[in-house]
Amino acid sequence: MRGWEWARPVRPVRREVLSAVPELEEGRPPLLFVPGFGHGAWAYAENWLGHVAARGFSGYAVSLRGHGGSDPAPEATLRAYAHDVVQVAASLPRQAVLVGHGAGALVTAHAMARYPARAAVLVAPVLGGWATFGTALRRNPLGTLPAVFGAGLRLNRRQLFSGELPDAEARRYTARLGRASRRAQWQLVTGADPEPAVGDPPVLVVGSPDDRVVPASALTRAAQRYGSAPLLFPGMGHDMMLDARWREPIDAILDWLVKDPTRDGRD
Amino acid sequence: MPTSTEPGRPDPEPTTLAHGHDGRPVSDRGDTVCVIGAGASGLTAVKNLVEHGFGVDCYERETGVGGAWNWRHDRSPVYASTHLISSRPFTQFPDFPMPDHWPDYPHHSQLLSYFERYADHFDLRRHIWFGTEVVRVEPVADDRWDVTTRSTGGYGPERTSRYAAVVIANGHNWSPKLPRYEGLEQFRGEVMHASSYKDAAQLRGKRVLVVGAGNTGCDIAVEAAQQASRCWHSTRRGYWYAPKYVFGRPADQVNDLLLALRVPLRVRQWLYHRTLRLTVGDLTRFGLPKPDHRVYETHPIANSLLVYHVGHGGIAPVPDIARFHPHGVELTDGREIDPELVVFATGYLPRFEFLDGKILGDDEGVGRPRLWLNAFVPDHPTLAVTGLLQPDSGLFPLAHWQAVLFARLLRLRVSRPDRATAFAARVRAGAGERYAARVKDSTRHWFEVGHADYLRALARALRELESK
Repeated sequence: MRGWEWARPVRPVRREVLSAVPELEEGRPPLLFVPGFGHGAWAYAENWLGHVAARGFSGYAVSLRGHGGSDPAPEATLRAYAHDVVQVAASLPRQAVLVGHGAGALVTAHAMARYPARAAVLVAPVLGGWATFGTALRRNPLGTLPAVFGAGLRLNRRQLFSGELPDAEARRYTARLGRASRRAQWQLVTGADPEPAVGDPPVLVVGSPDDRVVPASALTRAAQRYGSAPLLFPGMGHDMMLDARWREPIDAILDWLVKDPTRDGRD
Repeated sequence: MPTSTEPGRPDPEPTTLAHGHDGRPVSDRGDTVCVIGAGASGLTAVKNLVEHGFGVDCYERETGVGGAWNWRHDRSPVYASTHLISSRPFTQFPDFPMPDHWPDYPHHSQLLSYFERYADHFDLRRHIWFGTEVVRVEPVADDRWDVTTRSTGGYGPERTSRYAAVVIANGHNWSPKLPRYEGLEQFRGEVMHASSYKDAAQLRGKRVLVVGAGNTGCDIAVEAAQQASRCWHSTRRGYWYAPKYVFGRPADQVNDLLLALRVPLRVRQWLYHRTLRLTVGDLTRFGLPKPDHRVYETHPIANSLLVYHVGHGGIAPVPDIARFHPHGVELTDGREIDPELVVFATGYLPRFEFLDGKILGDDEGVGRPRLWLNAFVPDHPTLAVTGLLQPDSGLFPLAHWQAVLFARLLRLRVSRPDRATAFAARVRAGAGERYAARVKDSTRHWFEVGHADYLRALARALRELESK
């Protein structure tokens, strides 16, 4: 019974979806990338989408409502964000692999309860709750405190990127950051845990021990929730798809998919 | 679009050869599950069984998916103007939403494209044998089933395969139910069942009598009001004609908001009556009979236009038919009318002609099986019927959860046989249970369910199955 959801469907919006499709369709599952708060589909279009297509997968990236090129939605909730992900996933030609980054991983986890993903990858996941709030306050009090009162959550350059990324590029990326709606930001801390995923998809957690947004302990906890250990890439910032060594994590993710984790003899 | 004739398609090779009771070879399909029909319920059964790790062979007599919703199929009841009567959130599969820019009540062609995308998205077509109909389904030892198939139309040899389980999803809106009337054979005008009504052009310029106040009957009456030269609409009793929108929202969404707020049935009925009274008012002033029941007690009719056209004189409501004369129709109130065309929108009956009626507990063969949750068969734990429901909302989410429950049950039969045995006892005890508030009894209404009551019962069964 989902009476509440049925009675109050999410309002439709125009969504931006960027894609890169390989020249030759090889029957591999499509990947749908979900950006974190403040980021749009552009964050994946910089590096990852092209790389994914070059390796024979079709890659799609969605901008959650209110982000990137999608329609503005100042009062959006986490549910509306998850709705955006499910809508795009269901519009793809084949069953998709969901890849969520940052708070987008929480959105992905919510979406997995409404769409049977073939597999899911959580990159530097921010799964919410009070622990997330504590870490954010400790590490970035100036960016976090105003968010409590409804302002946009601000992350600084040192949190998002490693020192290896040229300064000019880092500045260009941070200038493009937007913000999530305040309701979604509050729900990140106070919202309910995601419902169990449907279709029992395999889940991979990827992160960096030097991430200054998500501590290593949070990565381990996230991976434990899905019965695995996190895959770690030391020396990288939170925005793994934009950082200087963006190639390593995406290659590892694709290798994991090529192994076809769905046939791992799971029950 | 891959079809069964495509080369390179894996042939179900017999793994071991057994012999059926009549001596013909039977190919053993091991743990594979057989699904009969690739309509909405069949597709979701295939998808969920595959998701739970089962091999699936699905047999579909037509050459495409979508069953009743595929207007190309000769058994399809849809007509050119068919639209959904439950709004989108209630009609989509719970894990594969329809595009949110679609209208609240999509057209049947959109629904077909939705099913085709569902089949492609989850790569279901490789499990489906198109153009193949099921002739016989017989139980054999160890709760397994022999399924005999042949090409649709009876060409080619029959072949029999042995399956671990069978899901019957052959639909219930294809076998027309025609009432008997005195003198119908002598009637000189045209008579058709709504199943052969396809397009409003069939009504143009004629004097039309529409019989039946189901959703189809009302739709046809509305089209006749616009196209035909005269339209009579004959109903046996009064009904509540629910508008598709109330308070600026699809009516079923308002209803579920009340359900979610746990407003009791009596209060909801009172509110409903109140709303109708305030909007369309008293229908008896148009000559429509007063409803002999409260709302939520029969299958709801969602049609905003019927009352509108009655109010514009386009539709003349008349009572039941007494008898037919060669050039006219006599009504129960003694009046006589002279239609050229009579459309019977009198519904359909479920039929399982490939199965011995006793298996489903339908001893008299009247198409009224005795099941638990309208899906599970006492004493046959590996047989399920899906989609045999007449819900007061969309059917497809209910069929989805039926399929999930059956798939989990089949899995537990291997891993936890004790739990499956407990479930079988539950099926025996609960067979024939109903899931609606005091519904009027008729051949149409016996499988009527309230979607809220029914889903709660399904959820309970799922929890019991998974608990501990």
